[in-house]
Amino acid sequence: MDGDARHPSRRKLLKCMTAAGAGTLWLVSGGVPRAFRLGLGGEALAAMPAGGFSFLQISDTHIGFHGEANPDSGVTLQQAVAMIGQLPQPPAMILHTGDVSHTSKEEQFAAAQDILNGAGPDIHYVPGEHDTIGDNGAAFFARFVKSPNTGGWYSFDQGGVHFVALVNVLNLKADGQGELGHAQLEWLEKDLRAKSASTPIVVYAHMPLWPVYPAWGWGTGDAPKAIAYLKRFGSVTVLNGHIHQVVQKVEGNITFHTALSTAYPQPAPGQGGGPGPLKLPPEQLPAALGIRSLDYQPGQRGPAIADRSLAT
Amino acid sequence: MKRAIPVALLVLAAFAGGSARRHEISVAMAASHAVYFADHGAAPRATPAADEPNEVVIDNFAFGPAEFDVAPGTQVVWINRDDEPHTVVSADAKPLFQSPPLDTNEKFAFVFKQPGRYPYFCSIHPRMRGVIVVR
Repeated sequence: MDGDARHPSRRKLLKCMTAAGAGTLWLVSGGVPRAFRLGLGGEALAAMPAGGFSFLQISDTHIGFHGEANPDSGVTLQQAVAMIGQLPQPPAMILHTGDVSHTSKEEQFAAAQDILNGAGPDIHYVPGEHDTIGDNGAAFFARFVKSPNTGGWYSFDQGGVHFVALVNVLNLKADGQGELGHAQLEWLEKDLRAKSASTPIVVYAHMPLWPVYPAWGWGTGDAPKAIAYLKRFGSVTVLNGHIHQVVQKVEGNITFHTALSTAYPQPAPGQGGGPGPLKLPPEQLPAALGIRSLDYQPGQRGPAIADRSLAT
Repeated sequence: MKRAIPVALLVLAAFAGGSARRHEISVAMAASHAVYFADHGAAPRATPAADEPNEVVIDNFAFGPAEFDVAPGTQVVWINRDDEPHTVVSADAKPLFQSPPLDTNEKFAFVFKQPGRYPYFCSIHPRMRGVIVVR
């Protein structure tokens, strides 16, 4: 986690203050910071259902991980799926932002799929770098992604929102950061061109699309080109995984959010020797794992976002 | 500074990732000892004989030693001591050697026959780089 949420680090506090200035209300509840985007008097969302539209983000399930940081990532994923069944508003669908498996093994993909399908709604996947080892993601894409694009990226519309799934874990560069590549960026520009600036956009990819901590590869080298295509839209929400902790940033109309893992936490950027699994006392683990719900309501420009830990 | 590090019996069992092609490699080697020497506080460098086990340890997102000298015909074994999976992939356009994902305590071995420099990296964390020098 990025420090203890009950005693936020200076870094986190500054981030929250920045967000607050840009029209986001931050509440810390149950040890988890929650961001509520305030209604800015934006236009009603024509295509949005009257009752609003809710979906979930789940990330970094790392099925196959059995370590000191979590003896069984399958058990904690099952707990997360059980939580989904108890949400006050059933999600319309789920986004999985990658690292479904720990080491790209077929049996890990199958076990993850079995547990995740128990949640009920459709799940839209993007791969993490743990899902593409040795075969450039062939086994992952065959099982989880029906994309017409050879690179595995895709987009779709649901609940009045345009969703864009990006793949930034293939052909990693020597600096270890994510990479979108020319072909995907070209596709993205074309995909977004057809959309009006008032369409709410959700972009999701595994590695953060901003430089959270490049020294640990926590960023995407050519993300600025993608962000440039998104700037004209009134509401853009960028969802990532990879760093197993919640870090958020606001840049104009674009909000960036990394997510909790359901498997194990990682240290705050630059803390300790490296980005390996963070070992917590067992009783502290549930508060460091979780899922995220996003709720669009007519009249609100962006979604209300709640990070829900397994301890809540 | 001089120090000696014993290298234990090495048994390799590696599984290829992915769905269709899957193979198993099993290599057992006789127990023996390799001696590592370092001068004047430099990083330990190995100059062992050709048929002794040679190990590169992956620890905290780094290959150690990052540069490893061996004689022609040496089998180099990598062992992952991290909680994070890593790979060992030669940095050629068409990789000369490419390990499956190595989870904690898993090993990968490759025999270097020809003299030369063999740079390699972890394809999951490409900042992790090493080189085997065969001479």
